[in-house]
Amino acid sequence: MKEEIIIAGFGGQGVLSMGKILAYSGLMDDKEVTWMPSYGPEQRGGTANVTVILSDAKISSPVLDKYDIVVALNQQSLDKFAPKVKAGGILIFDTNGIHNRPTRDDIKIYPIDAMEATLEIGNSKAYNMVVMGALLKAMTYKLPMENVIKGLKKSLPERHHKLIPLNEKAIEKGASLI
Amino acid sequence: MKEEVRLMKGNEAIAHAAIRYGCDGYFGYPITPQSEVLETLEELMPWETTGMVVLQAESELAAINMVYGGAATGKAVMTSSSSPGISLKQEGISYIAAASLPALILNVMRGGPGLGTIQPSQADYFQATKGGGHGDYHLIVLAPSTVQEMVDFVGLGFDLAFKYTNPCMILADGIVGQMMEKVVLPEQRPRRTEEEIRQQCPWATTGRKDNRKRNVVTSLELESAKMEVINHQLQERYKKIEENETRWEEIGVEDADYLIVAFGTIARISDKARELAAEEGIKVGIIRPITLWPFPTEAVRKAAEGKKGVLVVELNAGQMIEDVRLAVHDSLPVEHFGRLGGIIPSPEEVVTALKEKIINK
Repeated sequence: MKEEIIIAGFGGQGVLSMGKILAYSGLMDDKEVTWMPSYGPEQRGGTANVTVILSDAKISSPVLDKYDIVVALNQQSLDKFAPKVKAGGILIFDTNGIHNRPTRDDIKIYPIDAMEATLEIGNSKAYNMVVMGALLKAMTYKLPMENVIKGLKKSLPERHHKLIPLNEKAIEKGASLI
Repeated sequence: MKEEVRLMKGNEAIAHAAIRYGCDGYFGYPITPQSEVLETLEELMPWETTGMVVLQAESELAAINMVYGGAATGKAVMTSSSSPGISLKQEGISYIAAASLPALILNVMRGGPGLGTIQPSQADYFQATKGGGHGDYHLIVLAPSTVQEMVDFVGLGFDLAFKYTNPCMILADGIVGQMMEKVVLPEQRPRRTEEEIRQQCPWATTGRKDNRKRNVVTSLELESAKMEVINHQLQERYKKIEENETRWEEIGVEDADYLIVAFGTIARISDKARELAAEEGIKVGIIRPITLWPFPTEAVRKAAEGKKGVLVVELNAGQMIEDVRLAVHDSLPVEHFGRLGGIIPSPEEVVTALKEKIINK
């Protein structure tokens, strides 16, 4: 098993922390993991992306050019990374603000309205966990939910542990979009 | 008790490892992409547990001179910075080397020259291995490629620094500083007691007791004849380090047709390139120098024997390639591939470079 994933969007969308929770969940499931961020000097509004690799074997390069799964959360990221999905791979994108949809027919494409789903839950901070839910559902490698919860506990500071039920709800909501 | 496996950024791992080693003091000044070292230390508050001092100095100059002072007393002290900040520290580094003191210095390299970018680079290879500061001195230079090695090299770096009373540098690229991977931390070691320091570091300025000879720590010697003797002593030590402490890793070198030489995280990108090339039937081996000084000259020479060509992959315009060429002379083609200013090449780019610069030439 090896999943090479990139999650790309704006700074402030929770891209890096989503990657972190995913990496921790993989760790809890006894996988080798790397989490490699790429972002500009700005904290909010700039582009941010994170490469997460989950694998049974030792991981060589943390930097990749082709991915099994691309999660794109804005037009810029979609344009940049849609061509980098491996043939037969998976592309998930949030339809909000997207005017040019991807046209590839050699990959599985999942458009999701994660913003709408987040509003239904009633907490805009859960946006990244809705996206994470969709990703977990779409992924070939099935991460057991109990390990995702363990991953959440590991990556969130103790004072935020009361938010875990909300995050769990958001993940379930996201899964229902696929 | 078995240590828990944790997920950490390289920079965070350095902070944890320093505390676990029993480090006595960290003196730093923030700069991206290594500010998490100082941040993590402040968060962990080791002064309340092991008694380790953590201090944000007023400048890089102050920080390195605090290290100089701390090291003179036999304490295990360290600092960290990124490229422009390390440039500021060079005077102090030269003094520490001249005074024969152990210290650990971490450079998480960013793209230069000048203030440059905050993205990863390896363009401080020359600075770290050929001097940086003035005078005939060497640092022991360790290049980590994984977050676990960031942890391990804190211990190894301090051990080597004390063994040879010579400053040691961990030369990390911004990638390994910023990425998160699994790590297992070593067990907590107690900080050395004053008595242990007196026994293990007879040169240290620990307060003169029992009528022992005065210890003077200085890098100044105005009498040239004496200064020459000091220089010869340094050179003898460097020779010993070269003989005993050269470290490297090889992957698939034996039955390869081509050799890639790369250090740090770039060696892992090159390893993926090796896998991709193998799918096309191209046999590539990797040699990764772990000590950049002393450079594994003999190992590189042996690894290159019988190969059709060598590609040196670095995040710079061609620095380590000089040491590779010195190792293999003109016995086979040696070419360089690098991206500059903070750009990281993909494994595919490395394969393409290997074809264009070596295989199809």
